[in-house]
Amino acid sequence: MVSSVAREEEEREGLRGLGHIAFIGVLAVAAAAVFGIARWIDNSYAFFAAYVVVQYIVLGTAWNILGGYTGYVNFGITAFFAIGAYSSVVMYKLTPWMPLPVMILVGGVLAALVGLGTGYLTLRLRGVFFSIATLALAVVVQTLITNWDFVGGARGAYVLRPRLAPLIGGEYIQYLFLVMLGLCVVSLATARAIERSALGYGFAAIRDDEAAAEASGVPTLKLKLIATALSGGFMGMAGAPLPYYVTYLDPASGFSLNYAVNAIAMPLIGGTMSWVGPLIGAVFVGGLQEYIRASSLYTYFDLNPAFGVLITGVLMVVFVILAPQGIVGLFKRKPR
Amino acid sequence: MTGSLDLLVNAVISGLLLGGFYAAVSIGVAISFGLLDIVNIAHPAFILLGSYVAYLANVYLGLDPILATVIAMPFFYLLGMALYQIYYVAFERRDDQSLRGLSFFFGILFIAEVGLILAFGVDLRSVQAWYVSGNLDLRVIELPWRLLVPFALGLVMVGGLQLFLSRTFVGRAIQAVAQDQQALRLMAANPTKIKRIAFGISLATASLGGAAMIIVIQAIEPSIGREYIGRIFAICVLGGLGSFPGMVIAAVTLGVVENLTATFLGPSWAPAVSFGVLLITLAVRPSGILGR
Repeated sequence: MVSSVAREEEEREGLRGLGHIAFIGVLAVAAAAVFGIARWIDNSYAFFAAYVVVQYIVLGTAWNILGGYTGYVNFGITAFFAIGAYSSVVMYKLTPWMPLPVMILVGGVLAALVGLGTGYLTLRLRGVFFSIATLALAVVVQTLITNWDFVGGARGAYVLRPRLAPLIGGEYIQYLFLVMLGLCVVSLATARAIERSALGYGFAAIRDDEAAAEASGVPTLKLKLIATALSGGFMGMAGAPLPYYVTYLDPASGFSLNYAVNAIAMPLIGGTMSWVGPLIGAVFVGGLQEYIRASSLYTYFDLNPAFGVLITGVLMVVFVILAPQGIVGLFKRKPR
Repeated sequence: MTGSLDLLVNAVISGLLLGGFYAAVSIGVAISFGLLDIVNIAHPAFILLGSYVAYLANVYLGLDPILATVIAMPFFYLLGMALYQIYYVAFERRDDQSLRGLSFFFGILFIAEVGLILAFGVDLRSVQAWYVSGNLDLRVIELPWRLLVPFALGLVMVGGLQLFLSRTFVGRAIQAVAQDQQALRLMAANPTKIKRIAFGISLATASLGGAAMIIVIQAIEPSIGREYIGRIFAICVLGGLGSFPGMVIAAVTLGVVENLTATFLGPSWAPAVSFGVLLITLAVRPSGILGR
């Protein structure tokens, strides 16, 4: 039954013939094309805006690995995201020579470990306890960081962004964007690989009926822990370049609820059943937000900056009520 | 008496009073999460809404904040019934409470917060009433009215609801829903209708809780609600879901521990307490102190 669902998904994607390597190739070409276009436009604002959208693809995909595939809702996105961001701040202060990709890896590993720990403490309980615990985790991590003077405490920390990008030349934001694009390729390829592996079928079994899965020999706790660690790890990686992007990071902005809402809303709006959903959701919602921010709407109506994310929240509520399969589901044939 | 003993006694007593306030804001979740199994993480947003109702009525009409929220209770009750109806049709009937149902409440929480920011800005708002400042002088110790009044309010709410649930027909029906919905259906009673009433009551308590909140913390702003999610759920889980006496014990415990932490480690550490308590409870004894 599970495999028939997977086959249907593949047919819908129209990429069913592709093996993992070929798929990564397609993604890489797409990413290169995006980067090429951005270079051709050659506007640093475009890079800043595109970085945010791609960052949300990574965050949304990361959330979906746990939320969409296993059905466990993580509200503590900011905890993982900020662990990645603040681990970069620490490395910036201690080992400033370290290349950014290494910092991203370290941030990812730290966040994955925290995810593993939280999961280990709470995943044996009903799903909602995990969700509540992740809400709690976000505040615990925020309190710890606010009280940690080395990374600036409540005052925040300044990070000097290098003027020029290494390897590729041009402004540093181009390098940040390229790195985030690479991360996006890795996360999407991972999500797709999970979907069509035994791991993915195990996740789906947990989502559909955990008790039945457990009874038929699926090692549910182990699988849930893998999902939590992977999901948390990608969130940490998405956050690691943040200090260089914002150049000033304080707990209030690093733990902003906007990240959490966007990372949850985007997969739910796009569709949670496959890797396409978070991608579509992030491009649609992230693009919409950037468009609203850039457009004259703000100055014309004298809007509060919070308005853009309010739309995201409203869209999310509307979608979960009216279109539970997300945008992807709107284009899918009616189920049998 | 030495200085630090004085501090200790003060922290414990005001922590006890704070616990009464925590009970007042947690009781709504004790109903929705504890009895109805609806994880309304947006509850603090509705409490904050109650606070803003109290603020508006106080500033523009000169009403007493508690009286204002008592008047607002029927509206919160109707709002709760409407919200439950959406929740039932969209999630409970589709058996999709965990992923989309939770996300739904998260979205409501966020919309409420941003909506309040758009409407009132991030300025601090407060109310005027005789009990907002001043102390009750008991010779040995002075108790601030701003803690005593919400403490009393919390006790009245818990006691009243406990009586309501155990003595009235509807109250017993709500308890029956909590125990076994299927059995209720076999008795030809409609569990959805009873849950709608109970959820309405749960939100009506948020109105009063809002008055308690603006009195205790004196200056509110839209993002405060979020800090209370963890506190409220920590209290409900620690108390044992659905048990009012357990919830009061948990609320008072948390109030005291938080106050001790704030006094001896600094206020910036206080938010971590409730969450630490929650994590430890979930890891060690998820059924809570007086769990079923």
